[in-house]
Amino acid sequence: MAEKDSKKTVSRQKMPEQKPEIRRRNFEEVPTGYTVQMAMEEASRCLQCKKPGCVEGCPVSVDIPGFISLILKGDMTGAIRNLWTKNALPAVCGRVCPQEVQCEGNCIVGKKGEPVAIGNLERFAADYERQNGTGVLPPREAPTGKKIAVVGSGPSGLTVAGDLIRKGHEVTVLEAFHKPGGVLVYGIPEFRLPKEIVFSEVAFLEKQGVKLECNAVVGRTVSLDELFEEGYEAIYLGVGAGLPKFLNVPGENLIGILSANEYLTRTNLMKAYRYPEYDTPIPKAKDVVVLGAGNVAMDSARTAMRLGADRVRVVYRRSREEMPARKAEIHHAEEEGIEFHLLTNPTRFMGNDAGRLTGMECLKMELGEPDASGRRRPIAIKGSEFIMDCDLAIVAVGAGANPLLTQSTEGLSLNKWGYIVTDPESGKTSKKGVWAGGDIVTGSATVILAMGAGRKAANSIHDYLTWGW
Amino acid sequence: MFKIVNRKEMAGGTIVMNEIEAPLIAKKAKPGQFVILKAAETGERIPLTMADTNPDKGTITIIYMVVGKSTALFKTLNIGDSYQDIIGPLGKPTHLEKMGKVVCVGGGTGTAVLYPITRGLKNIGNYVIGIVGARSKDILILEDEMKAITDELHICTDDGSYGHHGFVTEVLKTVLQAGDIKQVVAIGPVPMMKFVSKITKEFNVPTMVSLNPIMVDGTGMCGGCRVSVGGETKFACVDGPEFDGHLVDYDELTRRLQAYCEDEKKCYNDFCTLQQA
Ligand SMILES: Cc1cc2nc3c(=O)[nH]c(=O)nc-3n(C[C@H](O)[C@H](O)[C@H](O)COP(=O)(O)OP(=O)(O)OC[C@H]3O[C@@H](n4cnc5c(N)ncnc54)[C@H](O)[C@@H]3O)c2cc1C
Ligand code: SF4
Ligand code: FES
Repeated sequence: MAEKDSKKTVSRQKMPEQKPEIRRRNFEEVPTGYTVQMAMEEASRCLQCKKPGCVEGCPVSVDIPGFISLILKGDMTGAIRNLWTKNALPAVCGRVCPQEVQCEGNCIVGKKGEPVAIGNLERFAADYERQNGTGVLPPREAPTGKKIAVVGSGPSGLTVAGDLIRKGHEVTVLEAFHKPGGVLVYGIPEFRLPKEIVFSEVAFLEKQGVKLECNAVVGRTVSLDELFEEGYEAIYLGVGAGLPKFLNVPGENLIGILSANEYLTRTNLMKAYRYPEYDTPIPKAKDVVVLGAGNVAMDSARTAMRLGADRVRVVYRRSREEMPARKAEIHHAEEEGIEFHLLTNPTRFMGNDAGRLTGMECLKMELGEPDASGRRRPIAIKGSEFIMDCDLAIVAVGAGANPLLTQSTEGLSLNKWGYIVTDPESGKTSKKGVWAGGDIVTGSATVILAMGAGRKAANSIHDYLTWGW
Repeated sequence: MFKIVNRKEMAGGTIVMNEIEAPLIAKKAKPGQFVILKAAETGERIPLTMADTNPDKGTITIIYMVVGKSTALFKTLNIGDSYQDIIGPLGKPTHLEKMGKVVCVGGGTGTAVLYPITRGLKNIGNYVIGIVGARSKDILILEDEMKAITDELHICTDDGSYGHHGFVTEVLKTVLQAGDIKQVVAIGPVPMMKFVSKITKEFNVPTMVSLNPIMVDGTGMCGGCRVSVGGETKFACVDGPEFDGHLVDYDELTRRLQAYCEDEKKCYNDFCTLQQA
């Protein structure tokens, strides 16, 4: 084991991974996880700072030095308990958080060398518990007899459900899809977040007493007012930002142009990658273009490669610096042979007589002055039109607020983009007894921010049930 | 789980009726709305517009034609068996209004979708003329049911085995010529809706059609169901399924319905071979 003064010499433990040339054609998880020894070695790199920068960088203030020192001592149960006090889904966050701009981005060790691999350690602690842990349920306070409905079973809703069940309330989660998990299940692919992990988190909540009702489209199957009539005293809305944006350029309704939502839902939720064992089909294409450069775009591109494409090109109108995806995913995508066509903007789609996509016309762009978002605005270069042949285009240029629930509910204030307006400290909406958080409030953001919002709202709901609105 | 409490085969087994326990949906559903069904764990999500609901009994009725693997799988479910998942009611309900004389045109299993709408139009006090078409007499459905809720009912068969020999559009034309039709509702195969809309356009009669594009979620989150209506892209699952028939781009819809044709054909054939084995 590392001595105190030799700490600096231990280098960051590399996460073992499937080799790119193998994994680019399978759906198994890419990183395979630390061994106990690797985890302890990595834990030894933490300097146990008195004023840890990493904790400041974490949106939910995980006690990072605390759980890492427990791993170093070999107390894996202690480590997961410590994590759970701040983060209900560490197995998920360890895999999908953008650590490079959060905890690891603020790690002091990272100033000179590579930061402590906080995400990998968080993942290790959670996986260790799932595979070898005692499975003992967290303590639950005495029943209060109060009923709460949570709408949406994404990370935000699941956090609220977990927090409130432990405080002794009765919690029912209503989910529109036939399976729980939100984006964690329909969006993020198996090779990045195995679905079994999400389902085991949900099963853990159910064991603690959370009731789950799938196939319940709130606003259609049942309204918020009907839920109140049924005796629910508080409602949390964590319905996500599930409205796909398109480019609105000519030819976009040709066959072979799918929103990333559709492409990923078919693959992940409906398991189309196992077609025909599963009945839902997915376009099998040879020459794929993906429009956009966020996590959603990387996930779509890597999925297309795994479904057998000869060539996958990510097309983005800004430059590499502005690509919003996690660094690790961009790196993984490149290793898997995905090409990046930057400063390129599609202007129209072309098809054949059967209405199938055959190509896309693009313009070259250059960067101008910074725009409202602080990023340099891409400007089209006149006369730079060119054609990219393709037989599948996946549109991953962002998502908006799905109006299905919000428009069928009276008394809910929305902002001009249709997101729900809440009090940032409590998550309270303008409608009495209703809270909201996650992507439906912030617009597409991250898992950890959705969970953080859930925690705040759960505390506020608990106060309300104890003291009033 | 959603249990089948009643089941009937029609048209020589090519069309099947299921009455299914789904109390929450039955309580809420209005004419024109649809549900999404998934038979089993590995199944596909299939949208079907409800043919009837019984809120007291807590049941909904669907009528489907066996056209692919998923509906072939549905057909293997008997009374007492269950669908794993049913989601609904989805889509906007039909706008029902007292207008005077209206015509309801149904083709194939579209007649099942048309049935509750026709009844709604009748109950609200309209004079309802029904026109129902089928390829041939033995695949004609809901004749008696439609007769009971219309003031006049015309039957057409493509092969002349029953009623008027020819397409619904021919009868429709005569009815429109007689005049004073306030609205036409047409539900059936895409070409039928296309040609009905073409004729009613000539007579300037408002026309409503119900579209059935490929869907996944049915809640507006995938955009797979997009259709062009009056030059704008709409999501049929949330903006529809009913649209102004004079504005729909039927040719685009026809093409988009073919998106997975090859896959489906193969999958269906494999399934049938397996079943026979
Ligand atoms: C492909 C993809 C990759 C991503 N990758 C990352 C990543 O690597 N790291 C990261 O931090 N973030 C990532 N994100 C973003 C992250 O997943 C989201 O910010 C987060 O899931 C939001 O959580 P949520 O609970 O607010 O909503 P969601 O996860 O969207 O869950 C909302 C749930 O509510 C349900 N629902 C909606 N309407 C209704 C209704 N009317 N009635 C009942 N239920 C309803 C939905 O079906 C859904 O299950 C990614 C997103 C996508 C799409
Ligand atoms: S939750 Fe995310 S930001 Fe916080 S410590 Fe874990 S990986 Fe870092
Ligand atoms: S079916 Fe997905 S948006 Fe309509």
